[in-house]
Amino acid sequence: MTAPEPTSVQEVKDGLREAGYLPGASTALVSYLAIKLGKPILVEGPAGVGKTELAKALARYLDRRLVRLQCYEGLDEAKALYEWNYRKQLLRIQTESSDTGWQDVQEDIFGEEFLLERPLMTAIASAEPVVLLIDEIDKTDQEFEAMLLELLSDFQISIPELGRIEARTHPVVLLTSNNTRELTEALKRRCLYLWLDYPDLEHELEIVRLHSPELDETVARKLVEIVQEVRELDLKKPPSIAESIDWARALLLLGSRDIDAATFTETMSVIVKHRTDLDTVASRVGVKLSDAAAPAA
Amino acid sequence: MQPPQPPRRSIYGGIPERGPGSFDGQLLAFAEDLREEGVAIGTSEMLDAFGALQEVPWTDREDFKEALAATLAKSPEDRRVFELVFERFFFRAAEAEATRQQISEGQGLQGAEDIDLDTLRRQIAEALRDGQDGSMRDLARLAIAAFGRGEGSGVLGVDVQRIRRQLGLRAEPQPDLPEDDPRREGIPRDQLRRFEAHLRRELERGLIERTSSLPPKRPLNDLDRALPTGPAQDLAQVHRVVAQLKRRLATQGHELRGRKRHAHVDVRRTMRASLQTGGVPVELKFRPKRPRRPEIFVLCDVSTSVTSASTFFLSVLHALHDSFRKLRSFVFIERISEVTDVFERERDFRAASEAIGRDAGVADISGYTDYGRVWTEFLTLIEDELHPRATVIVLGDARTNGRPPRDDVFAAITAKAGRTFWLNPEPRLYWNYGDSVIAAYERHCVAFECWRTDQLEDFVKALTTPADRY
Repeated sequence: MTAPEPTSVQEVKDGLREAGYLPGASTALVSYLAIKLGKPILVEGPAGVGKTELAKALARYLDRRLVRLQCYEGLDEAKALYEWNYRKQLLRIQTESSDTGWQDVQEDIFGEEFLLERPLMTAIASAEPVVLLIDEIDKTDQEFEAMLLELLSDFQISIPELGRIEARTHPVVLLTSNNTRELTEALKRRCLYLWLDYPDLEHELEIVRLHSPELDETVARKLVEIVQEVRELDLKKPPSIAESIDWARALLLLGSRDIDAATFTETMSVIVKHRTDLDTVASRVGVKLSDAAAPAA
Repeated sequence: MQPPQPPRRSIYGGIPERGPGSFDGQLLAFAEDLREEGVAIGTSEMLDAFGALQEVPWTDREDFKEALAATLAKSPEDRRVFELVFERFFFRAAEAEATRQQISEGQGLQGAEDIDLDTLRRQIAEALRDGQDGSMRDLARLAIAAFGRGEGSGVLGVDVQRIRRQLGLRAEPQPDLPEDDPRREGIPRDQLRRFEAHLRRELERGLIERTSSLPPKRPLNDLDRALPTGPAQDLAQVHRVVAQLKRRLATQGHELRGRKRHAHVDVRRTMRASLQTGGVPVELKFRPKRPRRPEIFVLCDVSTSVTSASTFFLSVLHALHDSFRKLRSFVFIERISEVTDVFERERDFRAASEAIGRDAGVADISGYTDYGRVWTEFLTLIEDELHPRATVIVLGDARTNGRPPRDDVFAAITAKAGRTFWLNPEPRLYWNYGDSVIAAYERHCVAFECWRTDQLEDFVKALTTPADRY
C-alpha cells in the first residue's frame, strides 16, 4: 500500500533523507507543495545535480511505483501515450469467421485488450497512485509539449475510439530539464518551479559521505573542497554531484589515503571530461595540490 | 491603528499610502513589483501562490520565500530577480509599516560607547569566519553604533565601505596580524558580502527612521540581474544551438540529396584495363567522385566596429565548422579571406581565433569595412560555386564607413544563392542610423538581430520554417 500523505515539510525532508536523498531547503518544500496541491514540478538545473534522483527518492519515500518517460528528439504520442497493437488486431480479424459483421469486429478490436499502454497512459490509468517522471523534457519538440498540456492540467487522455480516460488517482509528476531549450510559457505556468544547483560544501560532503561511508572523513572533505574549487573555474562542463560520488568511489577502490598531486592527476578524468578542461584544471588546481602535499609528506 | 499625527514630510516625500487590503493586498503589490522588473506573472500563478501559502506556515521566512519562488519565478533569471525584489519589497513594506506605527528601534544600542573597539573587531571577524548568520545583524548594528559616526556621508555605499575598512575586514590574508586573529587568513568573500548587505540594510533602516520616509524605489540594474557565466560556457551554449541547427537542417533533407547517385563507369579506363584480361572487362573503372559543392558560405566581419561581437561570431563560426563538413567560411574587413582551413585544422577555439588574427591574411589597411569591395571579391571568387541549394550567411553590422554599399553586387550574390541570411550584432534600434545601410541589403535577404545565444535560437527557428516564406 502507498504511504499516507505527508502533513508537514519536515516530514517530507525526513522521508527523503530516509530514502537516501539529502534534499536542499527548497527541494523538500516544493515536493511537499507538489503533493499537496497536485501540481507537477518542473526541475531545472545543470546536469548531474540529482534531478532524476529526486523523482526516484520521492517514489521510494511515498512507496509508489515510478513511471519514467525518457524524452528524446522525435518522441511522439505513439511512444509516450498509447498505441493500438495492430498486429494483434490483424490476427483477430483474420481468425474471425468471414460472416461476422464489420460492426462487431470494430467494437471488438478497439478494446482495451488491443491497447498498448505507454508511460503516460500507464501513469494515468494506474489504480495505485504513482510518481511520473518525464525526463529531459527539453529534448522534445514543442508539439509534444503542447500534447502534455492537456495531461498536466486535467490528468486525462482522450482516445477517439474509446473515449476519455481520466486519472483514477493523482500522480506526482516531475519534469526535468537541462535548460538546453526554453520551454513554453504555457507549460511553465502549469508547474511549480524548482531550480537545483550545485550544493554548498557541507551539503555536498554529507551527500558524498552518504554514498560512500567507508571513505575517510578528511579525504572526503578534501575531495569536496577540490570539486568546489574546480567548479569555480571556467569550464565547458563543471563536475556534478554524480561525478564527486564517482570520484569518491574511485578513490576508495584505489585505497587512497590522501589526495596529493599524483593521485589527482591520475583520477582527475573522473570529474573532468573535456580535453581543454583537463588542461585548465591541471594547471590551476593540480599545481596547488602538490604544494599542499609537500609539507605533509 | 492610525498614527496620532501625520508622518513628517521630508525630502523623499514621506511614506506612501498603504496598499489595498491586508496580506493579500501586499502579495498582489509584490507581484506588481515583480512584473515591473519583467517577470511574467499571470493570474494562474498568483492563484498557485495563494494555494501554496495555505499549505506552508507563512511565519517561517525561508519557507514563505521558497513557496512564493516556486510558484512565481520559473527560470533561473526570474529567480534571481525574484530574490532581489523580495528583499527590496519586504524590507520596504516592513519599514513603511514601522514608520506608520511610529515604532523606532532607537539610534544605536545602549552603552555603545563602552565597547572595546578591538574586541568588537575580533568578534565580528570570528562570526564571519564561522558563518554565524544569526548574530550578524546584531554585530552589524554594533559596528554602526561604534564606527557609524552619526549621520554618515549620506551615500550608503561609501558608509558601508568605510565601516568595513575600520573593522579591518578583508578577503585577502593579512599576515602581519597576530597568530590567533581570525582575520589573518582573510575572510571568506561571500561572508564579507553578506555582512556588507547587513550593514547596508541597517544603515538604510537608520536613515528611514531619522527621516521617516522611504527613499525612492530603485529599479534593478542589469549588472545585478545578469547571471554569472564564463566565456567557455557561452561557447558550449553556442555549440548546442548550432548542433540543433544542424539537426533541423538535416531533417529538412538538404543533406541527403544526391547521396544515392551511383558512380559513373569510366569507359576509357575500363577498356584499357580489359586489355590485361584479353578484352574482357573484368574490372570496372569508375570516374573519380567529385567532391560535392559546399552548401554553406559564411562571411564574417572582424573589423573594429564589431569587436565586441566578433568573439561571438567566431564562436558561431567555430561551432558551424564542428557541425557541417560542407562549409566554407570567410572573414573580411576591407578585403575577403578564406579561413575554412584554419577552422578545419584547429579544433580548439582559442587557437583558431588566434590563428585567424595572426595569419588569416585579411588585408587590413585602414581597419574599416568595405562592403562593396567584399561583395565584388566574394562574387568573383565563388561565382561558379553558388547554386540554388547554397545558403549564404553574413555576420556583420552593415556599417560601410561612408563607402558605396554596392547592394547591386550583393543582389547578384543572393540571386545566385538559394537563401541568404544576415545576422546583425546591433540591436534593431540602431539599424540604419549613421553609416548602417542594412536596409539596402535587407531587400535581398532576411536579416536577424543576433548577439546572444537565445537570438541565435530564434534564427534557427526561422531557418526551419517553410522555405517558401523567403
